[in-house]
Amino acid sequence: MADLSIDFCGIKSPNPFWLASAPPANSGDQVMRAFDAGWGGAVWKTLGDPIVNVSSRFGAVDYSNAKMMGLNNIELITDRTLDANLREIREVKKRFPKHAVIASLMTETKNDWKVLIKKVEDAGCDGLELNFGCPHGMCERGMGSSVGQEPKLLAEITSWTKEFAKTPVLVKLTPNTGDILEPGLAAVAGGGDGISLINTIKSIIGIDLDRMVPIPRVGTGSSNGGYCGPAVKPIALHMVAALARDPNIKIPISGIGGISTWRDAAEFIALGCTSVQVCTAVMHYGFRIVRDLIDGLDRFLNEQGMKSVMDLRGRAIDAYKEWGDLDLNYKVVAKIDANKCIGCQLCVAACQDGAHQCIFTGPNDQKRPPQAHYPNDMAIAPKPQIVGKIAGNRVPWVDEPECVGCNLCQLVCPVDGCITMAEMPEDKPETWNDRVAQGRDKQPGGIHD
Amino acid sequence: MTSELLRILPSDRRENALADKKPLYLAAEARAEAERCLYCADAPCIKACPTEIEIPTFIKQIATGNVDGSAKTIFDQNILGYSCARVCPVEVLCVGSCVYNGWNKEPIQIGRLQRFATETHGESVKHGKKKPLYVAKKNASPKKIALIGAGPASLACAASLALEGHACTIFEKRAVPGGLNTTGIAPYKLHAEDALHEVEMVLGLGVELKTSVEIGRQVSGSVLLKDFDVVYIGVGLGNDSKLGIPGEDGPGVMGAVEWIEEMKVSPAKKGSLGRVAVIGAGNTAIDVARECALLGADLVHMIYRRSKNEMSGYLHEMNGARKEGVVLVENRQPVAFVRDSNGALTAVRVAKMEDGKIVPGSEGDIPCAHAFVAVGQSKLREIAAELPGVEVDAKGCVVADPKTGATGNEKVFAGGDCINGGKEVVNAVANGRDTARFLISRWLRAGAK
Ligand SMILES: Cc1cc2nc3c(=O)[nH]c(=O)nc-3n(C[C@H](O)[C@H](O)[C@H](O)COP(=O)(O)OP(=O)(O)OC[C@H]3O[C@@H](n4cnc5c(N)ncnc54)[C@H](O)[C@@H]3O)c2cc1C
Ligand SMILES: Cc1cc2nc3c(=O)[nH]c(=O)nc-3n(C[C@H](O)[C@H](O)[C@H](O)COP(=O)(O)O)c2cc1C
Ligand code: SF4
Ligand code: SF4
Ligand code: SF4
Repeated sequence: MADLSIDFCGIKSPNPFWLASAPPANSGDQVMRAFDAGWGGAVWKTLGDPIVNVSSRFGAVDYSNAKMMGLNNIELITDRTLDANLREIREVKKRFPKHAVIASLMTETKNDWKVLIKKVEDAGCDGLELNFGCPHGMCERGMGSSVGQEPKLLAEITSWTKEFAKTPVLVKLTPNTGDILEPGLAAVAGGGDGISLINTIKSIIGIDLDRMVPIPRVGTGSSNGGYCGPAVKPIALHMVAALARDPNIKIPISGIGGISTWRDAAEFIALGCTSVQVCTAVMHYGFRIVRDLIDGLDRFLNEQGMKSVMDLRGRAIDAYKEWGDLDLNYKVVAKIDANKCIGCQLCVAACQDGAHQCIFTGPNDQKRPPQAHYPNDMAIAPKPQIVGKIAGNRVPWVDEPECVGCNLCQLVCPVDGCITMAEMPEDKPETWNDRVAQGRDKQPGGIHD
Repeated sequence: MTSELLRILPSDRRENALADKKPLYLAAEARAEAERCLYCADAPCIKACPTEIEIPTFIKQIATGNVDGSAKTIFDQNILGYSCARVCPVEVLCVGSCVYNGWNKEPIQIGRLQRFATETHGESVKHGKKKPLYVAKKNASPKKIALIGAGPASLACAASLALEGHACTIFEKRAVPGGLNTTGIAPYKLHAEDALHEVEMVLGLGVELKTSVEIGRQVSGSVLLKDFDVVYIGVGLGNDSKLGIPGEDGPGVMGAVEWIEEMKVSPAKKGSLGRVAVIGAGNTAIDVARECALLGADLVHMIYRRSKNEMSGYLHEMNGARKEGVVLVENRQPVAFVRDSNGALTAVRVAKMEDGKIVPGSEGDIPCAHAFVAVGQSKLREIAAELPGVEVDAKGCVVADPKTGATGNEKVFAGGDCINGGKEVVNAVANGRDTARFLISRWLRAGAK
């Protein structure tokens, strides 16, 4: 078995899988059951002055019956008393001394932070996470994302906490900002020991069209909430990568946002994360998902010949480049495996209506609109007509010289492995930046004469 | 009107004992199934439907919660889309050509989804929650159309014409309208009252119905030709064919279609069926056999003169029959019905068949209290004699253009079983609709001149 244990700026954890600060980490009972199930750590549901929550609180994007593609909530920080939470943190640490327990905190004045930090550290937590991310309810009270969106304020509050804290301080960032580097660098400037991101994205998940009230409906009204779950993963990955590749950010990153499977986790780690946090997937399926998170990641590391999860960390960062550094001469074209094709012709509809008009059906050559780069106006059908084992003569064909390699057809094809993108022999690589440097092309954007 | 039509049906019919084999989907079931549909382009399921319903469209409309729109998509092509959804042999039509089959995945349950959309919409109209989808147009110069027989062919034709404001009168020789949809379909697919509800929907479009009027008896063909602009022949097939063997006439032996009609629209006779012998191996034979088995017959034998592989009935239906306990006796030719001294039926005497010939001395008795003869229905040749110019081919089918229904008499059109020799309800609907469309466009063109 690969070594999954991590050391996150001094916080030790048997594996990189932590519960995010959210309902799954709301109480000692839950956190202990999660640790029994295999979770390595938990960021406790944000502590502060207890609030009152509304009902209902959640809404979801149910895409194609997936039920919770994206989740939105208008819940606030903990609604349980600080004393109860502290008692339970103490108990958890007693029973699970090797697991990571991080206290998520949100409060206002410098003195409040001082008092709160003392209390949670006395209770035995291994680290602190500053919740500068909550985009609803708390920000209107001058906390949460209203701090995360003000780099100066963020740096200042972080530095207060560093004055008082004995344990490492993680700064949790909000994605509700133009450039994630600004708050990221502010966290470093304030002396933060680590960064967690992303918190939820400001959102309205939908409208109850019968009542004309947004969702989740609280009586006759609703409010904007925070969006998370599988749908936000691409946004989170980008923000993680933006920080991870910045040379000024050397502190460890805890990746959050839409992680549901070991593959998701491996992707965050490959983009530089040391730990990952999960909320929605646990809310959907329970703590038991950690079993495959651990098993899948372990098998993957073994297959890759990696002895430790730390070997995976950051592996994909270098390949994340600027557009101008991409090879313009690299070319792929779509190939359809005639015997796997089921004849649904979704690729035809997608290519004809949504791409570059180079997938066709039938035995005849076809007239096509000329493309900028490939001005042939006839698509030549394969002779004899292709006949597949399943779809017979409904197998479409690709006019390869015209295929721009956008790979839309591959994305819409319901049969895995039926459409592949084959690499074409290429001349020597050349990037846009090469062309600009040689004076053969202009900077992109605008019309140049 | 509602009650009037239904009042014809006695409440204690034998068919009541047979429950739906494919009950109405719950909304959640329908949605889950609808979400599975790939929404194929140039979808093969559409091509396999004789009425070419836009299947992917109506399925997606179920998925988006637009059930009324879904029903409209169906009815626009097939006004009897409700009964078709329940009675179509989908395994050999739409469902049989779903791309999922080739992929070895469960094909989309198109019939059940079609039932869900049409029945859900129909129920909400019945309870006054929704308005009907169609309102007949006012036509400044309406044509008068007489339709002979109130089966699916005439109903589809009349509905389409009535929507354009034409005056349609259906003459039906039976007391109950609906044709075989009411009197012939296996009750586990469709009960008589459900077929009558659909007839009511058609009448609601302004179609006039005269029951217990047989053309050729109460009213002659020449009267129709004189009083109407167009005469439509939708008479279906005639009575059950006979075997012509000793002992056939008398209690206990009955034509299959005649018995099914009794089961579906007459008061239930008391008493068990005892042992049953069904002669034949077409779909009607399988239907009767299954119905008897489900109604608690002691044992059901299906007697067929050739081998299983030569049966004309659908394999999926025969497999279903087997599961219900029907025993197929192959290569046996009935030679006589055996009766006791009181004339009561006791057995079918059968002889072994080899190479299409009776093996001498191979006779044996299969005991039974009831025998149902399902070796085909005769053709209603007389109707042609009523309408000059209308011809009948050697097989007894009315000669008509399969696309328009046009016959040798320019005022007379025909469709359904009487022209195709006995196919499915959906074929009859396609015929009726196509004739209506043909007439409407012809009249429009004539009016425009
Ligand atoms: C036992 C059985 C089971 C079947 N099961 C299925 C099934 O599961 N699915 C399926 O799709 N198809 C099934 N079929 C076939 C289907 O019922 C027919 O294809 C369809 O009903 C044909 O419609 P039609 O309008 O042409 O004729 P019919 O439905 O036969 O209607 C003809 C009507 O005309 C009336 N009529 C006849 N002569 C006159 C006259 N001179 N004057 C006035 N009225 C007259 C008759 O009384 C009848 O009501 C089945 C058929 C049988 C026999
Ligand atoms: C109901 C709910 C409550 C949350 N409460 C908190 C919170 O109190 N403190 C916090 O830092 N983040 C909170 N979050 C954000 C999560 O910790 C996490 O950052 C976010 O959900 C993204 O992860 P996911 O896609 O795995 O859900 C909450 C999320 C949800 C869904
Ligand atoms: S999308 Fe895939 S399965 Fe469908 S027709 Fe195209 S290649 Fe075949
Ligand atoms: S009418 Fe029949 S064949 Fe056509 S789509 Fe509906 S169920 Fe399928
Ligand atoms: S073939 Fe099957 S998957 Fe494709 S549109 Fe028709 S029902 Fe849907």
